[in-house]
Amino acid sequence: MADIATTYNEDVLIKELGYDDHFHDHHHGDKYQSSFISHYIFSMDHKIIARQFLITGIIWAIIGAAMSIVFRLQLGFPEESLTWLKPVLGKWIVVDVNGIGTLAPEFYYALVTMHGTILVFFVLTAGLSGTFSNLLIPLQLGARDMASPFLNMLSYWFFFMAGIVMFYSLFLSTGPFSGGWTAYPPLSALPQASTGSGTGMTLWLVSLTLFVVSVLLGGINYITTVLNLRTKGMSLWRMPLTIWAFFVTAVIGVLSFPVLASGFFMLMMDRGLGTSFFLSEIFIEGQALDRVGGSPVLYQHLFWFLGHPEVYIIILPAMGIVSEVLAVHARKPIFGYRAMVYSILAIAFLSFIVWAHHMFMSGVNPFISNFFVIFTLIIAVPSAVKVFNWITTLFGGNIRLNTPMLFAIGFVSMFISGGLTGVFLGNSTIDIQMHDTYFVVAHFHIVMGVAAFFGMFAGIYHWYPKMYGRFMNETLGKIHFWGTMIGAYAIFWPMHYIGMAGVPRRYYSFDSFDAFKHFADMNKFITIAAIIVFAVQLLFVINFFYSIWNGKKMKVKNPWQATTLEWTTPIEPIHGNWPGKIPSVHRWAYDYNKDEREFVPQYVPLEEGEVGDH
Amino acid sequence: MSTGFIAILILVILAVVVVQIGKISDLAAKIRGEEEVAQQANDTTAVWLVGFMVLFLIGTIWSAVYYKDVMLGYGPHSAASAHGGEIDGLFNATLGVTFIVFFITHVLLFWYSYKYRSREGNKAQFIAHNNTIELVWTVIPAIVLTFLVVKGLVAWNNIMPDVSEEDQYLEIEATGYQFGWDVRYPGNDGKLGTKDFRMINLANNSLGMDWSDDKSIDDIVLGGTDQIVLPVDTTVRVRITSKDVLHNFYLPHFRVKMDAIPGLPTYFIFKPIKTTEEYRQELRNYPEWNEPYDVEDPESLPRWKEFNYELACAELCGKGHYSMRRVVKIVTRDEYETWLAEQKSTYMTTIRNTEDDPRLGQLLDVEIKERAQELRADFKNALDSEKAEDKTILLRHVFYDTGSAGLSDLSKYELDNLTDILKNNSGVTVELAGHTDSVGDDATNLEISRNRAQNVLNYLTNKGLDISRLSSNGYGETAPIGDNGTEEGRAQNRRTELRIISQ
Repeated sequence: MADIATTYNEDVLIKELGYDDHFHDHHHGDKYQSSFISHYIFSMDHKIIARQFLITGIIWAIIGAAMSIVFRLQLGFPEESLTWLKPVLGKWIVVDVNGIGTLAPEFYYALVTMHGTILVFFVLTAGLSGTFSNLLIPLQLGARDMASPFLNMLSYWFFFMAGIVMFYSLFLSTGPFSGGWTAYPPLSALPQASTGSGTGMTLWLVSLTLFVVSVLLGGINYITTVLNLRTKGMSLWRMPLTIWAFFVTAVIGVLSFPVLASGFFMLMMDRGLGTSFFLSEIFIEGQALDRVGGSPVLYQHLFWFLGHPEVYIIILPAMGIVSEVLAVHARKPIFGYRAMVYSILAIAFLSFIVWAHHMFMSGVNPFISNFFVIFTLIIAVPSAVKVFNWITTLFGGNIRLNTPMLFAIGFVSMFISGGLTGVFLGNSTIDIQMHDTYFVVAHFHIVMGVAAFFGMFAGIYHWYPKMYGRFMNETLGKIHFWGTMIGAYAIFWPMHYIGMAGVPRRYYSFDSFDAFKHFADMNKFITIAAIIVFAVQLLFVINFFYSIWNGKKMKVKNPWQATTLEWTTPIEPIHGNWPGKIPSVHRWAYDYNKDEREFVPQYVPLEEGEVGDH
Repeated sequence: MSTGFIAILILVILAVVVVQIGKISDLAAKIRGEEEVAQQANDTTAVWLVGFMVLFLIGTIWSAVYYKDVMLGYGPHSAASAHGGEIDGLFNATLGVTFIVFFITHVLLFWYSYKYRSREGNKAQFIAHNNTIELVWTVIPAIVLTFLVVKGLVAWNNIMPDVSEEDQYLEIEATGYQFGWDVRYPGNDGKLGTKDFRMINLANNSLGMDWSDDKSIDDIVLGGTDQIVLPVDTTVRVRITSKDVLHNFYLPHFRVKMDAIPGLPTYFIFKPIKTTEEYRQELRNYPEWNEPYDVEDPESLPRWKEFNYELACAELCGKGHYSMRRVVKIVTRDEYETWLAEQKSTYMTTIRNTEDDPRLGQLLDVEIKERAQELRADFKNALDSEKAEDKTILLRHVFYDTGSAGLSDLSKYELDNLTDILKNNSGVTVELAGHTDSVGDDATNLEISRNRAQNVLNYLTNKGLDISRLSSNGYGETAPIGDNGTEEGRAQNRRTELRIISQ
């Protein structure tokens, strides 16, 4: 490590130049230091709420990943007995006379559905955006807390309730919902179409409606805080890219989740009140239904109007985190800061006009698809700009290759690999063959699954000291990184080939088709890789919880020598974040190795003739 | 229970081991000096990153070669439809472009991570932005993507538009249901009849076809597991529908995929260019396709011989989603015509003359034509034959109202045909003979048979035949041709015959 001599006495600088908001002049009924319940459970402090989101997200991630292991066992080892899972899965493991246990197809589909729902919404939306928006927006902006701490608390508890309802649905005798995380009607609308479409689907809808409430409460809060609670001098163009990403993510969420909710309400009415928004001309279970005039495609429009922005809700926070982590550990300004902001905005805007690229083969008028192809492929331009800027940020740096940095680099690799396959799928002509094959599974798992996780891990390892005052273990972190990096590619790279062979996704078994059944070895390989990666994640979980109490202690306030304001708060977090005045800001967030100074924090005033914005 | 306990124990031990690894590494770092350890770790990690890059990039190329058989457009995975080549070509063009980007960005990402790793005396440069280079890497992707978009949309707009009235095409219909497909052919008229989901009846009308629509009469429904047969080099428009939930009509070898939606028919148009047999012969050239079909049975036929095009479902539709397979067989046009001629219309085999038949008590044009042909053939045989017994023809479709001598409505078709035949054979004189079964007393039977024959004669003379060529007679129950002990035999005995007297 290069020996870094640059030090700043932030206490003095903040005391002299900071902004006095008279926060500590009057009593706040200081919730932070009151009872256990109001401190740790019904907390209104953004730092606690961030940790609540994170730990809840980790628990859901373990559940969702464990589900994927079970269905991967079915796909990789269809001949092996799963009787040993019977104590856990009960009647969903059907044991024949020879004692060979098989996973019931209904439950296979339930697992696939729950895996998707949990990972997309509970882990990569709430767990990622919820954690880091909460932690970093006030801290990096120089705010005492969120604009509405109370709504912030409600946001977490609505998410928690959504989780409780979803968790309960796992134990229904008819099983949880099993019609795919996209929940297309009529399969999701008609209880007679699938066992999971009964109570399981009802609870799925209730859970996700609660979740939408949570996202909206959180999102409104994030937007308000960013717009109104920036400290003195923190102009929009001085905000770190993390904040830009969380801000835009919240805007996207607030604009798109209500559309999903409207789709859910119509679906609820179709299920319960006999309406026909999404149903028409259906004959099922020997009976012609008295439902005409609706269109199942309408639901798909409503769903994907959220569904596509949703993938950016997942990936933008990861992008913001990675931008920050790359700059801090490369000891360089992020390359092309303004271009990065504009590309975030461009991606956000475009994310609203590309939704029907999920529906090229859904019976939409093919003429309409022309527009969606054009808009979809335009997204590749801002995405490419971001990738080039990240790589150029490394150029000429003095890079610390520690765990957060490795995950940030891994993120860029994953985003490239997964993003490029999007160029295939966004082109409707290729999508004719690739739609709903394993090629799609490979694409979105790499680009928004693994990549988003990498961004999340980079953020956790990087801000762990800020959250818990200790570091996570570096050796275990590196094992975690390499296991995940190599393992994730081992899982998802081969899926491209399976997809190119034409194998459809969401198949319980490939044996009935000559064209699909010749990949048994590859499927075995993928399953083994998935089990190893899962084990490596458990390593992370152990590291995470062990380090909370036993990790290496953070001895200085700013261990990464970063420029942003969160590192000026005391090591022991306090209510209101700063003990005295809040720091005022004089420059952008990326003054690394500028004019012979190793780094210049944002609260350091400009020298004569120095430019503070770039 | 004990296995569960052991599993938990192993997990706990592993956790302890992991924590100890962490502790030891921390301790070692403390002993050797954190700075020095961090520097070493940095160097090691940098080397690992480059090593990973090399292996990863080699791995991507190696895997592509290893799985070359699934490369679109390559040998055993070439498209079997006219438009499929366009899709494969665009896929490969995109693959080329994206691989270049993938390769360059990955080399730079990992190489920079290695080259600019933190080292003693190294100092990072302050580079905030560079407008020229940013413009370059915005414009270049834009140009490349424009190329791909244009190429893609040209292909898309060739493939997807619907057929027009003037086009020559074969239209078939595929209807998905949980969990299978009904495939409907239009029959000789080339047109699919209308259908309505309210008319679906699982016993004899799985599609809800409207039997009163004349276009439905010759439609052929292939249910169950029958192979879908299609002619090569023919434009096929598949009308795609669903009965219950969403399905997707997916023909991987033909690059065909489209959702099946209840209440909203979709379509896909494609032209098969290789018969199943031709495709098999192509596969024969690849060693892996010469391996036995059943891996566990080395005696089984080679894979290429067992090859079939397949129809699959590609939209999650419930627990049996993975099993909606149908074999698609592409044959020459001649073979197709032969096959089609062998297929029986669903209406004629399952509905005709049942209580669900809206034409119950009516004759179809096709039946009238058939009967005319049949009668002409019988008449010609009788004329041509030398034997006296061959001179008698059974009028199969002449019937009377029960218990009386009045002609039934449908008899007129046969008698009209007979009128035409006799007009065309003006030198022929005939006798019309009535027969009954043995039920009832002899005198009554004789009487009724005479009256019936007389009524036939009257009908013919009313149609303008010369009375001098016709005579009528009743034989009662005296000349049975079947066993009067059975209902079947009695039905045979109740008949009207025509005997050629002179020609």
